[in-house]
Amino acid sequence: MPSLISLLSGIIFGLGLSLSQMTNPNKVINFLDITGNWDPSLAFVMLGALSVTFISFKQILKRPKPFLIDDFHVSKRSSIDKALIGGAIIFGIGWGISGYCPGPAVASIGFGSVEAFVMVLSIYAGFLFQKWGHRKLSRVE
Amino acid sequence: MENFTPISSILGGMLIGISIAILLFFNGRMAGISSIMNGLLNSPKNEMFWRLTFLIGLILGAFIFQALTEKTITPSHPHSLWLMSIGGFLVGIGTRLGSGCTSGHGICGIANLSKRSIYATLTFMSAGVITVYFIKHIQGLA
Repeated sequence: MPSLISLLSGIIFGLGLSLSQMTNPNKVINFLDITGNWDPSLAFVMLGALSVTFISFKQILKRPKPFLIDDFHVSKRSSIDKALIGGAIIFGIGWGISGYCPGPAVASIGFGSVEAFVMVLSIYAGFLFQKWGHRKLSRVE
Repeated sequence: MENFTPISSILGGMLIGISIAILLFFNGRMAGISSIMNGLLNSPKNEMFWRLTFLIGLILGAFIFQALTEKTITPSHPHSLWLMSIGGFLVGIGTRLGSGCTSGHGICGIANLSKRSIYATLTFMSAGVITVYFIKHIQGLA
């Protein structure tokens, strides 16, 4: 049952990304291009999404547990550390270069886009590289 | 600003919000896409399947949209595939190091008023703006 819900949730997410054209990397890059031909659409996508999540999260997280399983898996970390900021900078550079963040990259495979497929593979290469680097560093310490 | 699409952006954003709320209400999970993707590499078996069906759903959603609207959406290539794969590699490293991406920090985390997510979102947005500025206006690559 949880897998069916996540399938449904994924489908709605993919429809939302397509409708808002966040699957178009040029549109994303035009959002980031504030000194050029600026397209504020991405901010409106975030506003639309936040208007729903901001209100619903409060109601949902008041409940003792989720509908189908025993616990909420919500991060309670609060420290602003070097990894968080450094990671966000590296992600931002990659996002600016490609115009893809992870969601649109996966979704665009549904359009039969070769470019999106290459993006997803390289994102996974980045995951593995980070994991390998992390393991090496922790061994040195 | 001739490409600005406020209505479809708000509506598409609300669909994304609904999708995230459904996943939290039923499964108790935050729909951070990079975390769900990464989970396929190292989750225990019973944690694997919902992640896989979510990602399949994401692909299906885009597929269904294209079928319904009968538009052929061929994403235009901003750069060569080589440059794209460097971008993707950095997205992979950065989202793991920084524990999240646009959905996890930008939508889920901010809605939960997480200080980490607010800082992360402001940081990756700024880094993206500076990167695009360099590529478009200084390097003239695009």
